[in-house]
Amino acid sequence: MADLYRADVLISCLHGQSADLAPTFRQEIERRGMAGEVRVVETGCRGFCSVGPVVSIQPDGEFYVNVQPADVPEIVEETLVKGRPVQRLTYKEPTTRKSITKYDDIPFYGKQMRIVFRNTGLIDPQSIDEYIAVGGYEALGKVLTSMTPEEVIEEVKKSGLRGRGGAGFRTGRKWESTRKAKGDVKYVIANGDEGDPGAFMDRSLMEGDPHAVLEGMAIAGFAVGANQGYVYVRDEYPLAVKNLNLAIQQAHEYGLLGEDILGSGFAFDIGIVRGAGAFVCGESSALMQSLEGKVGEPRSKHVHATDRGLWDRPSCLNNVETLANIPVIMLRGAEWFASIGTENSKGTKGFCLVGKIRNPGLIEVPMGMTLKEIIYDIGGGPPRGRKVKAVQTGGPSGGCIPTSRLDLAVDYETLSQAGSMMGSGGMIALDDRTCMVDISRFFLEFLKDESCGKCAPCREGIKRMLEILTAISNGDAKMGDIDTLETLAKTVQAASLCGLGKSAPNPVLSTLQYFRQEYEQHITEKFCPSGVCRSLVAYVVVDDKCKGCGLCIKVCSQESIAGSAKQPHVIDQATCIQCGACFDACRFDAIQVIPRSQVELLPKQEVHA
Amino acid sequence: MNGDRVNQIIDAYGGDRTSTLAMLQDIQREYNYLPREALELIARRLELPPGHVYQMATFFKAFSLSPKGEHICKVCLGTACHVKGGAIILEALEREFKVKSGSTTADGKLSVEGVRCLGACALAPIVVVDDEPHGQMSSDTSIKLVQEVVSGQVAKAPAPAEVKPAVVRAAVDLSAVPPAG
Repeated sequence: MADLYRADVLISCLHGQSADLAPTFRQEIERRGMAGEVRVVETGCRGFCSVGPVVSIQPDGEFYVNVQPADVPEIVEETLVKGRPVQRLTYKEPTTRKSITKYDDIPFYGKQMRIVFRNTGLIDPQSIDEYIAVGGYEALGKVLTSMTPEEVIEEVKKSGLRGRGGAGFRTGRKWESTRKAKGDVKYVIANGDEGDPGAFMDRSLMEGDPHAVLEGMAIAGFAVGANQGYVYVRDEYPLAVKNLNLAIQQAHEYGLLGEDILGSGFAFDIGIVRGAGAFVCGESSALMQSLEGKVGEPRSKHVHATDRGLWDRPSCLNNVETLANIPVIMLRGAEWFASIGTENSKGTKGFCLVGKIRNPGLIEVPMGMTLKEIIYDIGGGPPRGRKVKAVQTGGPSGGCIPTSRLDLAVDYETLSQAGSMMGSGGMIALDDRTCMVDISRFFLEFLKDESCGKCAPCREGIKRMLEILTAISNGDAKMGDIDTLETLAKTVQAASLCGLGKSAPNPVLSTLQYFRQEYEQHITEKFCPSGVCRSLVAYVVVDDKCKGCGLCIKVCSQESIAGSAKQPHVIDQATCIQCGACFDACRFDAIQVIPRSQVELLPKQEVHA
Repeated sequence: MNGDRVNQIIDAYGGDRTSTLAMLQDIQREYNYLPREALELIARRLELPPGHVYQMATFFKAFSLSPKGEHICKVCLGTACHVKGGAIILEALEREFKVKSGSTTADGKLSVEGVRCLGACALAPIVVVDDEPHGQMSSDTSIKLVQEVVSGQVAKAPAPAEVKPAVVRAAVDLSAVPPAG
């Protein structure tokens, strides 16, 4: 019997500056003689990163944001001793400044639905007892004692669950193919090689609820007839590796992994393999090559991995988020799961809502929610004074959806039709200070580095596309270049060997589809209206708007701005590097972006530095 | 380089070729780069062509073939950090410390590099100094932070908890794995 406590202090955001919080809480609780009554738990991510570190006190659910070690004595005194909230630390609704004391009442969480992230932030990921206490491993027990592998597969098929790593392949079908494939030795592989820049759902899941992934894998192993599983984790995620390792050890101790699990005769074991920083290893065949201890290059897929994958044996590869859905589906039933979402996309999806947005963080929403609801109702819209210009989804394989199409309902098909894709779940809000040519260039730069070089269309095509995009942002391109770019993009899309190359042109094609005029403006007017492509722009002060407050002088790293108080300031064009810090800092819209070619036309101004 | 240490790492994986990648990772963690002698030793011990080990060492981003500085500053250039000015921070650091991205200062004190997404996008832009992540940075705060670390005003953060290779291997059922080669 575990010890009973009257209250729990849950501390989140291990990646923020919360390292000192737990020891400080423990010390203070000890000092007040409450060590046996109140427990301090370090949990995984609560998703609300913009206000981290967060602390919540159970059972009443007081939720405190931006908590620093100095706040600890007050929280202990007020909430744990006197039982009342510390108003100073509660979440304040940004527009009304209304104080919200309880976690459940915060709008950021109100529209979300947490299935995959059901436990993250609520339990101690390093304790199997806590996972079991919230119903963990119950699904595995149910499956092993009362279902046949065929029934499990049928249930997954009925649920409509699709792969959460990007392509959206039907999970039940994949399991069925692996089950039917010939061979005695089969493998289950969990893909935790989250390489998309702008996505961290898998990290949060592996760190915050590792047992959910392991349980899903064990059920998959039972269904497809595998006794060995591997989790392939990004090397950049040391805490995920640590927590998964611990979880595997604990599951062994409890007989939930290893020989004869729960007396069923089913044996299943899981090993962890760390990636080493190669984006292409998220691709299934490259991942398996890397698991075999080779260089991670993809191979052509005329034979499916479900027939011949790892060591040429039938292998079932699922994303960690897909696997974390499995225990819930087994417990609550396929019908329940299929009732959430749209016709062809069932359940929920975790997204990393980041970029130019008020409430960046990790969210989970039912499929079919519109981008507008996600960006404005959950994300709180763009920061003060800015406009949302587009939403980027799907990482380097995805595309940009313009603000005019924000009423799009998020599911696999609608995103693909709009020229983007679900991808692993990065969702990046772009505002009017983001240049679409620059965004394309950014992704191609990334893909140029990450292309493994095995096939020519991807290796050479991406490089040539990048050259054209660089020329456009430097003002060296001519009109025909956009057509060449488009032809190249379509060739790379059609001729590349693996998913990396096939989807590499998406950022270019989608921005061309929706923002072609912006590309043309770069070429014909030699101007970047967002002020990002530095060779094409200059920043100047609008005299009659400038209040002479000096804020821009402070933020200028080049000391290029001069001016006395309450007098219009002046930017020295000779030393300005067009970083735009002054533009972002100015509260009076007094900094303007103009084409570089117009600098010579400016009246000569004396700069007194 | 200490040959005994490298031998220890190889032994921790039972000298198994399928674990070449993990061995290289441990050596990288130990020395902050892959010394040529270590690569040659692995090739000899595992009876692999040196070219094979070199191929792995150059394919994966996590590895470096040249030594790194005493302090390592990584500027995240993932998408969220990019749109929030990560590249501008990297440039500012390059200018301030007179070092090109991907290289080390002449005195060997500081390496500066741009890295792909670190998976903390909601705190963009991110700068990591000696494995300690710092969120919502600007050019000025980054320069100040690095100055403090390099001049020793901020204690170097302890290395992240190491994963014991034995634990990783223990969990892998080797009987299911055909012999390498």
